[in-house]
Amino acid sequence: MEKSKISDPFKKARLEKGIGEMNDQNDPVTMVLGHKDVRKCAHNWKTFQSGGEEVGRIVVPSEVHIRDTRQIPFEVDPPEHKGYRDIVEPWFKRPLEAKYQENLSQIINNVVDEALSKETIEVVEEFALKLQSRALTILLNVPPEKADLWISWGTHVFRSEDTALDSSKANILYDYIDAELDKAIANPGNDLYSVLLASENNGTKLTKEEAKGVMILTFAGGRDTVINAVTNSIAYFAEHPQALERLRDEPEIMNTAIEELIRYFSPLTQMGRVVTEDTQVCEHALKAQSRISMCWASANRDERVFEKANEVVLDRKVNPHVAFGFGTHNCLGATHARQIMRILLTVLTQKVKSMEILDCEENIENLDEFKRKVGFDSIQVKFNKL
Amino acid sequence: MAKITFITSDGNTTIVEGSTGSVMELAVQNKIKGIDGDCGGVCSCATCHVHVNPEQWDKTGAPDELENDMLEFDDNVSEYSRLSCQMKVSEDLDGLILTVAK
Repeated sequence: MEKSKISDPFKKARLEKGIGEMNDQNDPVTMVLGHKDVRKCAHNWKTFQSGGEEVGRIVVPSEVHIRDTRQIPFEVDPPEHKGYRDIVEPWFKRPLEAKYQENLSQIINNVVDEALSKETIEVVEEFALKLQSRALTILLNVPPEKADLWISWGTHVFRSEDTALDSSKANILYDYIDAELDKAIANPGNDLYSVLLASENNGTKLTKEEAKGVMILTFAGGRDTVINAVTNSIAYFAEHPQALERLRDEPEIMNTAIEELIRYFSPLTQMGRVVTEDTQVCEHALKAQSRISMCWASANRDERVFEKANEVVLDRKVNPHVAFGFGTHNCLGATHARQIMRILLTVLTQKVKSMEILDCEENIENLDEFKRKVGFDSIQVKFNKL
Repeated sequence: MAKITFITSDGNTTIVEGSTGSVMELAVQNKIKGIDGDCGGVCSCATCHVHVNPEQWDKTGAPDELENDMLEFDDNVSEYSRLSCQMKVSEDLDGLILTVAK
């Protein structure tokens, strides 16, 4: 039962100091670890800002050196934030529509059928990446074949094998989005690119650069995170067949199960902010212009909030996790992600009897003081039909 | 069966009836504006925030600790704030008036 386990490397530091320290490209980050402190910082966007001058600095690892386009609404603070968020919010709630769910269900049924038809399958590249990319065509409302190119980029579109960040790789995505936006300008349609370009914020049309900022966020924010959530789900149910059995018998616990798996996996370990004034967190002094991060993964294992914090409790009823962030900047793609999880788990209960992990390589994030498993680099699995 | 009144930010009043589930679920089923219930009712998203009519505070009771923690960082919190996903629909709530938080 060890391969699907996601441990909590932050426990000691969380209880003893409340913070951790991480050097990131010589721009250190004070990691906030406790559930309450994380929520407090996320709430306080004035002292802990997202929309500072330096674009890319709130991401850990920092993208200051590889990106000039401001991600929107992610790197904009109130009051401007609201105008942008109001534009994109209805679009990102479309996953609640029946037709959207039907399309998503088709995609997920196809990848599960393919997995069942093969002797074994490497889940990261051949299952999760395909599922994520094809699902993204629905979110963007673009033709399904667009996913083929995104899949061909592989899981390392934003980085090369040996370094965390690679500008030449990142440029593939930025150039692609530029080209797609140019097509939408020439030939507007019903896709997200066109909808953004036709949107107005306080009476002014969104610029191409602003639309690009939303598109980069949409592509980048939902790639590794969804891939990890899907892959970790497969690993979990492979090692816990009784959990899959239980979901089959008690579909009414589906919602709590999804939220619990998302808490347990915490696909995004942390998100940063820039400190705007001298302040403190957990009696630790913070200087203006320094960086903090809110460590969602640590907060989600806080034993002061979650009983049996390191266990997956599929019917956990009260689950105030922060896996989708908290406050103003909470995850825009959460509705899409939740639907992917709901349909994936449903299809697994309908079609899959059991799964076996044959081989795997863990994806461990190096956070200096901490090493955290976030998912897998590869995982070979055999799917057995129901 | 309980009748619950929702007053939304556009000033509209809607009366709905229910006998099971949470108040959030009842509101979502009836498409009450401003009640999203994104997390499905596990007290994680705070998109089902309501203000209880002060005179009826006894009917609902106060939030427990975890719910209170969620409300603590909500900008529109009042003394009578509750997350409607943590309120069970029952006869006890019959006649309840809730104002949906912004």
